[in-house]
Amino acid sequence: MELFNLYQNNYLIVVVFLCLGVILPVVALFLAKLLRPNVPSEAKYTTYESGNDPFNDSLVQFNVRYYIFALLFVIFDVETVFLYPWAVAYEKLGIFALIEMLIFVFMLLIGLVYAWKKKVLKWI
Amino acid sequence: MIEGLLHDQAGLLNFVIFFVLGAVLLLVILGFVTYAILAERKVMGFMQMRYGPNQVGGPWGLLQTVADVLKLLLKEDTIPKLADKPLFILAPVIAFAPSFMVIATIPFTDKLQFADIGVGLLYYIAVSGLTTIGVVMAGWSSNNKFALLGGMRAAAQMISYEIPLVMSVLGVVLLTGSLNLNEIVSAQENVWYILLQPIGFIVFFIASVAELNRIPFDLPEAENELIAGYFVEYSGFRWAFFMLSEYVYMFAMASLTTVLFLGGWLPLFSFLDFIPGAVWFALKFSLVIFILLWFRSTFPRIKADQLMEFGWKVLLPVALANIFLTAIIKSLF
Repeated sequence: MELFNLYQNNYLIVVVFLCLGVILPVVALFLAKLLRPNVPSEAKYTTYESGNDPFNDSLVQFNVRYYIFALLFVIFDVETVFLYPWAVAYEKLGIFALIEMLIFVFMLLIGLVYAWKKKVLKWI
Repeated sequence: MIEGLLHDQAGLLNFVIFFVLGAVLLLVILGFVTYAILAERKVMGFMQMRYGPNQVGGPWGLLQTVADVLKLLLKEDTIPKLADKPLFILAPVIAFAPSFMVIATIPFTDKLQFADIGVGLLYYIAVSGLTTIGVVMAGWSSNNKFALLGGMRAAAQMISYEIPLVMSVLGVVLLTGSLNLNEIVSAQENVWYILLQPIGFIVFFIASVAELNRIPFDLPEAENELIAGYFVEYSGFRWAFFMLSEYVYMFAMASLTTVLFLGGWLPLFSFLDFIPGAVWFALKFSLVIFILLWFRSTFPRIKADQLMEFGWKVLLPVALANIFLTAIIKSLF
């Protein structure tokens, strides 16, 4: 019970920090709203484009490369999900787990080398 | 008192007390940010043979940042007509909240710490990743070409450098056998991890500068090509929250570097342990901050292609090799 309370309290602190992190911007923006001037004019609300009138749609098409890098990120992020528990428990698991992990990472490395050779990692 | 409180039943009273203590920490961090900005301008000034701020608040410009914040408070707030209003308003909050949340787990000294959770390191990494969402949201909702480009670049850079960052820390986790930041510090009683994990430290430091979007990796905010990147359309206090979250991250990342690699609150030599841990922490922390400022005034910004290729072709393989090098050395000795 004692430990459970400790555990709960520590996560309660995390919640407190979340609340503070949201409250500060809300309070500060509210204060700013009371203090700042408000003189609206048509020109102020146009989109900024270095002084020119904005043309076309702003939500332009994107290079597919961003998407490919996001995919690569997902692959390696999932890999780290496996690596973290392994690293924590490494002392108990011993040499066998090391070899297993080497094989796992080696397979992902083959993927990385393949992407490299296919010039996916090249940013133009 | 706090010790007893932590063992009590979690309830409203605890919430209120933690809230007050957390608010005190928030004020301390705001004070840090105020003077970090001044220090940045002063240090850069001296490195570039000029004075930096020296008018407001005496020859050291001690009130310069305070004046700047007051000025921002009185700025008119404009939201472009074409912007996606709810997302535009929400984005600074989403970018700022995680930057303060990550500080919850960082142990400043063995006594001065907020949440001592078992997966402290993982919590830091997971929560700090959320800021990317705020940045992309700001870039997209502004409905501006520069902002969108900046937001996309920021996302690409942050996810690319998150991988080496996460992997370089694995060496430390392997040596400690725990994700708890307190245990990581106490495992450095004899030797700091910067000496046991030199490769890991270098990869971590480079990746952390990239995660902070600071020079030489500040492409998402490149002034001369993207004006200011994802926050072009923001003004007044909404803009201030993006800057604030950047500097709070600087605080958090420098603290994390101190905790993971520089021995946290532990003294340099054991005979120097009459100096309190908080002083040691502050010294190491200031050193890391100074190096970040030093980088800013010495390095040119690198190109976008160099940035991505460096992350994936150099840092990632090096970080992976470091993990297995550490694991093999650990099982041999």
